[in-house]
Amino acid sequence: MSLRRKTFELKKRMQGALQGGGEKAIEKQKATGKMTARERILAMLDQGSFHEYDLFVEHAGKDFDMDKKYLPGDGVVTGTGTVNGYPICIYAQDFTVAGGSLGFMHAKKITKIMDHAMKLKVPLIGINDSGGARIQEGVNSLAGYGEIFFRNTIASGVIPQISVILGPCAGGAVYSPALTDFVFVVDKISKMFITGPEVIKTVLGEDISMEDLGGALVHSEITGNAHFFAESELECFEQIKKLFTYIPWNNTKKAESFPIKQPKNKVYKLDDIFPTNSKKPYDVRLIIKAICDDSDFLEVHERFAANIVVGFARMNGQSVGFVANQPMVLAGVLDVDSSDKAARFVRFCDAFNIPLITLVDLPGYLPGIDQEHAGVIRHGAKLLYAYSEATVPKITVILRKAYGGGYIAMCSNHLKADFVLAWPTAEIAVMGPEGAANIIFRNEISNSPNPEEARKKKIEEYKEKFANPYVAAAYGYVDAVIEPLKTREFILHAIEISAQKKEDRPMKKHGIPPF
Amino acid sequence: MKMKKKKKEEKLDLQSITVLGEEYMTLYTNKYKNRKPFVPANHKKIYSFIPGTIREVFVKKDDQVNAGDKLLILEAMKMNNELITIVSGKVKKVLVTPGQMVSKNELLIEIE
Repeated sequence: MSLRRKTFELKKRMQGALQGGGEKAIEKQKATGKMTARERILAMLDQGSFHEYDLFVEHAGKDFDMDKKYLPGDGVVTGTGTVNGYPICIYAQDFTVAGGSLGFMHAKKITKIMDHAMKLKVPLIGINDSGGARIQEGVNSLAGYGEIFFRNTIASGVIPQISVILGPCAGGAVYSPALTDFVFVVDKISKMFITGPEVIKTVLGEDISMEDLGGALVHSEITGNAHFFAESELECFEQIKKLFTYIPWNNTKKAESFPIKQPKNKVYKLDDIFPTNSKKPYDVRLIIKAICDDSDFLEVHERFAANIVVGFARMNGQSVGFVANQPMVLAGVLDVDSSDKAARFVRFCDAFNIPLITLVDLPGYLPGIDQEHAGVIRHGAKLLYAYSEATVPKITVILRKAYGGGYIAMCSNHLKADFVLAWPTAEIAVMGPEGAANIIFRNEISNSPNPEEARKKKIEEYKEKFANPYVAAAYGYVDAVIEPLKTREFILHAIEISAQKKEDRPMKKHGIPPF
Repeated sequence: MKMKKKKKEEKLDLQSITVLGEEYMTLYTNKYKNRKPFVPANHKKIYSFIPGTIREVFVKKDDQVNAGDKLLILEAMKMNNELITIVSGKVKKVLVTPGQMVSKNELLIEIE
């Protein structure tokens, strides 16, 4: 046979496999507003960069007449390619083939590409769109999930792992995304839960729709399982491409640097954004934009625990992670969710050599029975742990209030921040002036002929003496009290000077963070 | 400029929150708004913890019960769940009869 004939035969075979679940199934997929697995990959990766492997893999099911069925590619597409020129490994479950169900060979394809990513030390992207375990393959499909989870865990902190939920992702399947670094969801398309509405209805008699139980909004706003929320699949792919510009290929590298761009100071004027009265709310994201390159900030977990803001930006072209209390929402308190969110982000940045910039303006921890019972002690400790453990350059700017335990947790000098800067508006104290005066001068106030006046006077006295950055500066807990307009310059210098920072921690197998 | 700012703040649904003795005006998150108020456990009211069927009721109104006594059997998911009181007292009300289906969190028995 000539080479041409052989090639022709290959093409014919490929055509058969590339058709996925066939026209009808593809039509059905499209009717629900979803793209097919290959379309998704092609839309996300650089043009012409995708190379597919294991196209001719066949499923291993023997029971229940499965051996008579042909499942093209066994319901998953795997390959390598580039995103903005960055090499990546990718897999996408193909819902048109047996509902994207996970059988033995399906899982083998995924674990193979995961192993590949680990060897090549490049990021892994997983697109999830699957009905779950392939019941006909029994324990082999459970084994498949287990093998994936194990690799997710081993790869954690070595290569960036991204999960994109573009369809159902239910039961055990949810734990692979949960183990990865960033989870992307799309409104009305993504659905994640351990037990679905039907089971909940039969067991507990509780009625709930899939969307309300585990839709994109639920995971973006309530559970925090999802880090990025998009209205459409294409918007989601744009978000992924943008994220890749901020993160390195692996933990031995730094993120790519970009040309330096000045912040848009005419739009983001500190004088207009920032109220000096520590009780007034404002949007701390505007402060970040007033500081970072091109005023361009990619927020992570935008809808979840909005009382703390985390995300990526650049300073002089170099990728940095911002963590900032948000006075606009819940006065910027730390609570169960915000501690959890920030701690995870800090650990990601630390694992992938991204310097951390912390902006502090918080009244303390959120009081409440629900918070105490939800374990604010345990969750709050995560943030202390994450900051203490981090060895990337850590720069802290105290904008206004830094009260109580919250002051310590927000990358204070005591958790070994490399640079602690404070604006002249900073108030570093064990609590706010009113609360403190009421306790310290309790007797003087109550014994006074005019308690209200005495209280006011004492609060003023306390404010004068302690509600400033200079007491902490006198102990060296603040390295420099700076003019707010010089913040960018100070941070740029701090990053430049700590470019070679190397800080060692005692050798150990691993720590035991409070999770 | 100041007027404008004020208007903007009014539009935002700012609410009060007190932390470490200081009161702040701020936005609430949906999760915070929807948080469930704490209700101390009242062991004198026995509720169904799962939907199911009442199989047997061992007590009637005005009976004296002691901590540890069986009150009823609630069948759910093919399991017979014995509901046992942890308080002693007189039965004030029995609101269910054998064979009756109950939903979750339905009041079954009240003890005085």
